[in-house]
Amino acid sequence: MGEHPSRSENASAGGRGVTRRHSPAAGTGVSPGSYDEPPFGGGGALPKKARFSMESGFRGLSVAAGAMVLVIIVAIAVFLISKALPAINADTENFLTFKQWFPNETSPKFGIAALAFGTVLTSVIALIVAVPIALGIALFLSHYAPKRLATPLGFIIDLLAAVPSVVFGLWGRDVLMEPVRNFSAWLNEYFNWIPLFGGDGPFGRSILLGSLVLAIMVLPIVTSLSREVFQQTPGMNEEAALALGATKWEMIRTAVLPYGKPGVVAAVMLGLGRALGETIALALTLGVVFTISFNIIENGGNSIAANIANSFGEANATGRGALIASGLVLFAITLVVNMAARAIIYRRREFRDSAA
Amino acid sequence: MSLLERESAGVVMTPDNIRTKHMPLLVNLGIALAALAVAAAVVFGASIGNWVLVVALGVVFYLVGLQIVAGRIEGRRAARDRMWKTLIYAACVLAILPLASVVWTLVSKGASRLDGDFFGSSMNNIGARDPDGGAYHAIIGTLEQVGIATLIAVPLGVLGAIYLVEYGRGKFATTVRFFVDVMTGIPSIVAGLFILSFWVLIVSPWFNNGTPRFSGFAASLALTVLMLPTIVRSTEEMLRLVPGPLREGAYALGVPQWKTILKVVLPTALPGIVTGVMLAVARAAGETAPVLLVAGGAASINFDPFAGGQQSLSLFVYQQAGDASRYAPARAWTAALTLVAIVLVLTIAAKLLARRTSLSK
Repeated sequence: MGEHPSRSENASAGGRGVTRRHSPAAGTGVSPGSYDEPPFGGGGALPKKARFSMESGFRGLSVAAGAMVLVIIVAIAVFLISKALPAINADTENFLTFKQWFPNETSPKFGIAALAFGTVLTSVIALIVAVPIALGIALFLSHYAPKRLATPLGFIIDLLAAVPSVVFGLWGRDVLMEPVRNFSAWLNEYFNWIPLFGGDGPFGRSILLGSLVLAIMVLPIVTSLSREVFQQTPGMNEEAALALGATKWEMIRTAVLPYGKPGVVAAVMLGLGRALGETIALALTLGVVFTISFNIIENGGNSIAANIANSFGEANATGRGALIASGLVLFAITLVVNMAARAIIYRRREFRDSAA
Repeated sequence: MSLLERESAGVVMTPDNIRTKHMPLLVNLGIALAALAVAAAVVFGASIGNWVLVVALGVVFYLVGLQIVAGRIEGRRAARDRMWKTLIYAACVLAILPLASVVWTLVSKGASRLDGDFFGSSMNNIGARDPDGGAYHAIIGTLEQVGIATLIAVPLGVLGAIYLVEYGRGKFATTVRFFVDVMTGIPSIVAGLFILSFWVLIVSPWFNNGTPRFSGFAASLALTVLMLPTIVRSTEEMLRLVPGPLREGAYALGVPQWKTILKVVLPTALPGIVTGVMLAVARAAGETAPVLLVAGGAASINFDPFAGGQQSLSLFVYQQAGDASRYAPARAWTAALTLVAIVLVLTIAAKLLARRTSLSK
């Protein structure tokens, strides 16, 4: 169906559904037998305005369901704050700048600094790896691949998004760790003059591993969203570029990419939102060290979400409060990122429907 | 032959055949082989890496060689076009590799424990030295938790979507729609923490003599929070695709709006709504983090979602992955295979259903 479906098109599109389900009901509605009950609005008489009708009841239900979403978001903030505040008050260090995490001791010491740093660093590296590849695939699917290949390939990419994160985490720990360890050792041998690749081991359970697993998980989101945006490029723009003698790449660079830019930015930010909140995959692949270090190949790294999963088991009341406080920070960060992404999408309405 | 003559001969004019000089495929292959050979010589000559580096360097050399040779034959712009085409194809290959690896590992490692014992027994009384043990309790937990979550989330989500499409006007509807979208991005662990602080720590002590109680139902609530926005979004899109004249026809016959929605709009959009629900269910079945925080994760079979800890399949994978027993990885991979099978069957069924409906795009 096109952007502006014509009437006749609609008639045929919905026609079968109506004739099957509805017209018998309409027929009986007019039949004399049913005139005992007052007809709904028909017959030239307006229905009496009931004080409580099904109409207002149903309407109220649906409004309540819609408002439920707002209630939940507010409730998340309220309940997280209510449980986090006692723990933050009990904290003997500065919650925002302290790096270590000892909330279960008699004088609790914990801070979000190292965790927040690790969260942002892994997500950013994951995006640096994933976004170029995702854009490449999106362009391949929308402009290079023949339709026979593009449809199943797009399907496979969508399936990649459905694979649970715990499976990626397990795969990252059991399969990807070995190649990453070798690669890290290689990087360390030849590039240890770059601070990112310095240190003297051991390697493997590192930020690099976590970021690569994250990149694989973010890839399908960025891909499917960008592909839809690229596919919506007006054919006129593309043909105009080609008619002026542009090569295929020049056409993409001058027509497709500028048109899709806001959509791509939004896709990247949604991917960032997903990467920031990813829990289990990072809990299985990062090497749980509470430091702030740009070394990405040595064992180490941690993130807010992974720390919640890892330390929840042995947390006492204050420990739980501390974890909830860190979750509150995560909630705030992802809320800001997501709202910014959605605001960008909303500014260009035509992308709204593709933003799943 | 002039361009005009070509056109009259019935040749479709594309940028590819207007250009007269064209680099033959053989030259292209030659560059690729030469690049690989040079890369191999450099890498093994200086012994700075293995075949992975050879391939990586080979691609770089191929791009450089292509730029030079194609630049000579076809011109600089065409050469750049070829370079980007190569990069885009390479991105595709690069993305397929991890997926293939995940699938291969799942099947090869997961098949070892695919036996009746795995699906028929729990982890009760299974010590570190016992090779058996199964995921029966976890499968029960997943089914119950996701089932309850679906029962709560579907009516709420569909009603919410009905509000957005049929009733919602003005600022409030826009706000709701915006926050539904924002809510899809809430991390699952935050949903788990929310239910932990709201249900487990504050509400459940009322029913349990003052001590917090972890339960499968709490996990269902957390999954509901995650499913709700997905269902609202997909249902909303489906309801919007229902043609306006259908509604107008019903109104013209004097059918009130709520009955029109229930009897005309919803049945028409039903296949699409079911698709969206199935995708949401698939996503919820794979969630680990919220279940980890609120379900308790028992080792024995527990059919009661309201009392006592419950296991779930994804949580089972995570726990077995962290278990020191040498039999644990096999259990983890088999459970992961089961989980992926459930999720993929749901997803593929949903997508096939979506393709068959007349309303979907």
